[in-house]
Amino acid sequence: MPTTPVSAEDRSAVRSLLRLWPFVRPVRARLLTAAFVAIVASCVGLVIPLVLKWMVDGPVADRDPAGVWLGALYLLLLGFAEALLFGLRRWLVARPLSSVEAEMRAALYRHLQRLPVAFHDRWPSGQLLSRGTTDLMLLRMFLAFPLTFLLVNGVTILVGVVIMLVQDWTLGLVVLGPAVPVMVTCAVFEKKYSEVARLAQDQVGDLTTVVEESVLGIRIVKGFGRHRSQARKFRELSRTLRGTELRKARLLAAIWAVIVTLPELAIGAALVVGAVRVADGQLSAGTLVAFLSTALALRWPVESIGFLLAMSQEAATATERYFEVMDAEVEAGVAAGSRAAGAARVGDGGTSQAVQALGEAPRSAEQRVNPGAGTNAGHGGGLRFEGVRFRYPDAPPDSPPLLDRVDLHIRPGESMALVGATGSGKTTLTALVPRLHEVTSGRITLDGEDITALPREELRAMVAVAFEEPTLFSASVADNVLMGAGEGAGADELERALAVAQADFVHALPEGTATQVGEQGLSLSGGQRQRLALARAVVGRPRFLVLDDPLSALDVHTEAAVEAALRHVLADTTALIVAHRPSTVLLADRVALLSGGRIAAVGTHQELLRTNAEYAHLMSGRDEHEELQEGDDR
Amino acid sequence: MTAPATTAPDKEEPADEARAADDPFDRDVLPTPPGATGALLRSLLAPMKARVAVTTLLLLLQQAAVQAGPLLVAYAIDRAVPAFRDQDHGPLVAVGAGYLLCSLAAGGLQYAFIAASARVNQDVLLDLRGRIFRHAQALSVDFHERYTSGRLISRSTTDVESLRELLDEGLQELVTVVLSFVYISAMLLWLDLGLGAVAVASFVPLYGLVRMYRRRAGRVYRQRSTAIAAVIVKFVETMNGIRPVRAFRREAANDAGFAVLNRRHERTNGDALLEMARYVVGSRLVANTAVAGIVLWGAYRVADDTLALGALAAAVLYLRRLYDPIDRLGMFLNSYQSAAASLEKIAGLLAQTPSVPEPPAPKELPAKASEHPGREVVFDGVRFAYRTGGEVLPRFDLTIPAGQTVAVVGSTGAGKSTLAKLLARFYDPSEGRVLLDGTDLRDLALPELRRGVVMVTQEAFLFSGTVAENIAIGRPEATREEIERAAKAIGAHDFIAALPDGYDTDVRKRGGRISAGQRQLVAFARALLADPAVLILDEATSSLDVPGERAVQRAMATVLRGRTAVVIAHRLSTVEIADRVLVMEHGRIVEDGAPAELIAGTGRFADLHRAWRDSLA
Repeated sequence: MPTTPVSAEDRSAVRSLLRLWPFVRPVRARLLTAAFVAIVASCVGLVIPLVLKWMVDGPVADRDPAGVWLGALYLLLLGFAEALLFGLRRWLVARPLSSVEAEMRAALYRHLQRLPVAFHDRWPSGQLLSRGTTDLMLLRMFLAFPLTFLLVNGVTILVGVVIMLVQDWTLGLVVLGPAVPVMVTCAVFEKKYSEVARLAQDQVGDLTTVVEESVLGIRIVKGFGRHRSQARKFRELSRTLRGTELRKARLLAAIWAVIVTLPELAIGAALVVGAVRVADGQLSAGTLVAFLSTALALRWPVESIGFLLAMSQEAATATERYFEVMDAEVEAGVAAGSRAAGAARVGDGGTSQAVQALGEAPRSAEQRVNPGAGTNAGHGGGLRFEGVRFRYPDAPPDSPPLLDRVDLHIRPGESMALVGATGSGKTTLTALVPRLHEVTSGRITLDGEDITALPREELRAMVAVAFEEPTLFSASVADNVLMGAGEGAGADELERALAVAQADFVHALPEGTATQVGEQGLSLSGGQRQRLALARAVVGRPRFLVLDDPLSALDVHTEAAVEAALRHVLADTTALIVAHRPSTVLLADRVALLSGGRIAAVGTHQELLRTNAEYAHLMSGRDEHEELQEGDDR
Repeated sequence: MTAPATTAPDKEEPADEARAADDPFDRDVLPTPPGATGALLRSLLAPMKARVAVTTLLLLLQQAAVQAGPLLVAYAIDRAVPAFRDQDHGPLVAVGAGYLLCSLAAGGLQYAFIAASARVNQDVLLDLRGRIFRHAQALSVDFHERYTSGRLISRSTTDVESLRELLDEGLQELVTVVLSFVYISAMLLWLDLGLGAVAVASFVPLYGLVRMYRRRAGRVYRQRSTAIAAVIVKFVETMNGIRPVRAFRREAANDAGFAVLNRRHERTNGDALLEMARYVVGSRLVANTAVAGIVLWGAYRVADDTLALGALAAAVLYLRRLYDPIDRLGMFLNSYQSAAASLEKIAGLLAQTPSVPEPPAPKELPAKASEHPGREVVFDGVRFAYRTGGEVLPRFDLTIPAGQTVAVVGSTGAGKSTLAKLLARFYDPSEGRVLLDGTDLRDLALPELRRGVVMVTQEAFLFSGTVAENIAIGRPEATREEIERAAKAIGAHDFIAALPDGYDTDVRKRGGRISAGQRQLVAFARALLADPAVLILDEATSSLDVPGERAVQRAMATVLRGRTAVVIAHRLSTVEIADRVLVMEHGRIVEDGAPAELIAGTGRFADLHRAWRDSLA
């Protein structure tokens, strides 16, 4: 019978599981105590057959009633001890293990929140979610059972083997016979099993993604009556998963078959040999009973090793999957406390940024003491792009960069409209300012200060953004808007921001500004959401404002009202506004035209209309000669 | 999301219950008809009856092989040993052969059983996953607007997972447990009636324990299932809104909010494990006391010579085994409770009837009157109010002749989108009928309905897959040529061709790299490809730039020719291609006429139009 449950081939699984240590560390004392208690409880279980032997050979054979009572009392006491120890073990680990799972989930969530946006672009959230739920449950179960019981059963088997060998040397050896073949087969199957287990887990992630998309895109599915094709896609994936699960089950069945058969054969052999020796008078009947009782008591620990190893393998792949995400570099300069100890691995991509951020941190700290320092810098003030190039990190390295040498200066207090054809990189350019993406080369300065030198927290406090897609969170209207302001912002700021965004409609909602919106609340129309997102951007009176097509979903009247109010806000704010329409452009003091990855022209709306054919085309949608004609008409 | 105090699930229980009275959706407890959970489980297992029977038989035989051991031991000690002493080797050879046979049978049957039961389990799960998925897809848009995607995801992932655990381990545990109880009790009774009776009597307190555990664990598991769903909702929301989370530095506040939900899950999880611990202690105490009592009595009887020593030895071996499965019974109950809580939620979801049901006897649209693709739309005495009350559209009549392009304008909340959703049959009217060429929309099966009416919304969601696949959602059987033609017609071809792999570019996660305007173009191409009789555009050009919108309008001018179209837009440029304009306010159509006519008038549209002209500067 195998005494070392983990063989050489499984070492990689062990290495994966060892990475759990930082999370397990806080509860190590409890876990060790529990394992110790479990070992004691198991050993108590092994002593019971010895008491039986003693009773059969002694008081029962001698017809000694007092001895029988004593034996029964021992049995009872041992039984109580066993029961209480089992309970104690479970009681010891119940809370700590839940807390390990919760801790790991919180760490994953923390980490994911701080991973670069580019990471989220690559990873479907279904895959992330399955790591945060099913994988972590697997790990909790691993810590609760396989981890403890591989140890406990190992020790139990060892003790049992010793007891058997002491009782009868020959019989002991007979029972030990199949140990090596069992270990070898287990090792072979476990290796295959781990591969299939990983495949199954990934397929679950894919399935989750389809579910998620079909829910999030329900209006399209319904709008085109595509239930069937979605269902077909789902069915194919779930069929594939079923196939993988069946392969997994067959491997598991094979392991079980070996683990059940071989020890049973050995026990049968021991029975025959033992019976012969009892007949020859070399062995007492009591010893044979006790021996077989011990052997049978060991059957469960041995059999369980098969599924314990399988669970461990699954836990190992779950750990791998978990750390695939945890190993991804967080944005440099984010509080390092968000990383679990031991979970962080410095990848090649993030190193230079991290070093840079660390190196320049003291300077920015000084400037924080004197916030006015940057604003008076006449020539470097405002928002400045200098030779900014950008290519998505996952784009092929030989592809042309999306943004190629962007140079643009927005003076302090000035608002600049950004105009460009669909897909020209306007949204990407705006995402560079709050460092949702990192510039590939070149630099962006805010009031003369390089944004890479600012801690992200501070940078994002200075720059407020309203996105093209106005996302609201499951919270009240007030919370959604006030998340754009610092601590302590109250009803006044809220009212002011709502007034700017012309979002008076919130007062007509069932609970006013306390109404729950977002995924778990009232669903608002696109225009309503956009106005709340705008209110969120202006509520904190930020020094820098980045608005990505902020009025696209508004009707004409509302748009005009928002514009009027927004002009006041923009009067003393440095702003970059992505615009698709003349009305939005007119909010700004000047316009920049983004074309071919560069700023092709800068000027007022009227100037560019006259001098730049591309701009005129973008603003009117007409061909150049049409535009000229219209000019003549005026 | 933010301050815990404002998030409904964070409130203490009483507050939750108060809210639950208003809206079951708030607490993630949909009304489950009594017995629905059991009915669901039965209906899942019903088609598997024969295979479940075969699987059970395999397990039965396997257990017989395994449990034969002690019997052979008793036989060896009481018969074979004395016979061997008398030089009769037969019985011992028989014992050896018997043991060999049993071992091989035990192993082989074990393999067969696991493989067979896995097939049953996986088929049940396949069925259940499919049912949840199809049902969720069949439920109407207003359900989805209330039930949150996170919960739906939780239903089809973690809740299915807990059923998987029950099937994978639980049912096997249960059958093994029941079988070994029956077997061993029978063996004990056969070995010795008295000893067996005592063993069977010990089941009474055990049964009481099991019942108590079931009740208490059931409550804990229901709480846990709700708690994990809340965690998932929060998780999904954060990951899908990662940009604003970043930009507004929500990380810390989210951590705190998530911690609250996560801790609640942690607490219920710990509660569940503790319940299990209590059960284990209780059942072990009962079992070990029974063992001690039986051995004591047995020993006395051996002393009296009313019981053979071999029989006592076998009885003792059996006794040890009798109570072995108690822990496993606990594990089964564990998975059962967890699965029951999940199944209850799933059953609640499956019990939701689509508020926009498929017709029992679908009709076909009548053959087209002319060669034009359009059809006539009639709103006949339609009124719409949400089920929770609150009238959105008071009763109105409206006829849109075949081939007409109607622009609907009005301020946000005027009811334009509701009108569109009624026409697309995302909602059904509270009163009245919506007719397409005289046929009630409610009488059309979905594929027929979508040949008739297609709606393009402002949220241009992209599914994972290639650009071509996303366009082909409009008509899955379309050839690549047709897809490209649709894209060209709408002015999307150039940007698609410029993507790394052209039409075969994977849009990855919700089209992260495709701008909002481009996504709307893809959505348009999709609608063009679908080639419906009636096309509804709900603010479908909001993210397009002026040239893009112009291109779309040019395409529409050709594409819409002869087609019936309802265009909802706040950009009045769209109105230029319309034959007719409806102005809506507070759910009513307040103006209705040809664009030129209205512009020339003094009504609201004339105002709007003037404001728009001014905005063009």
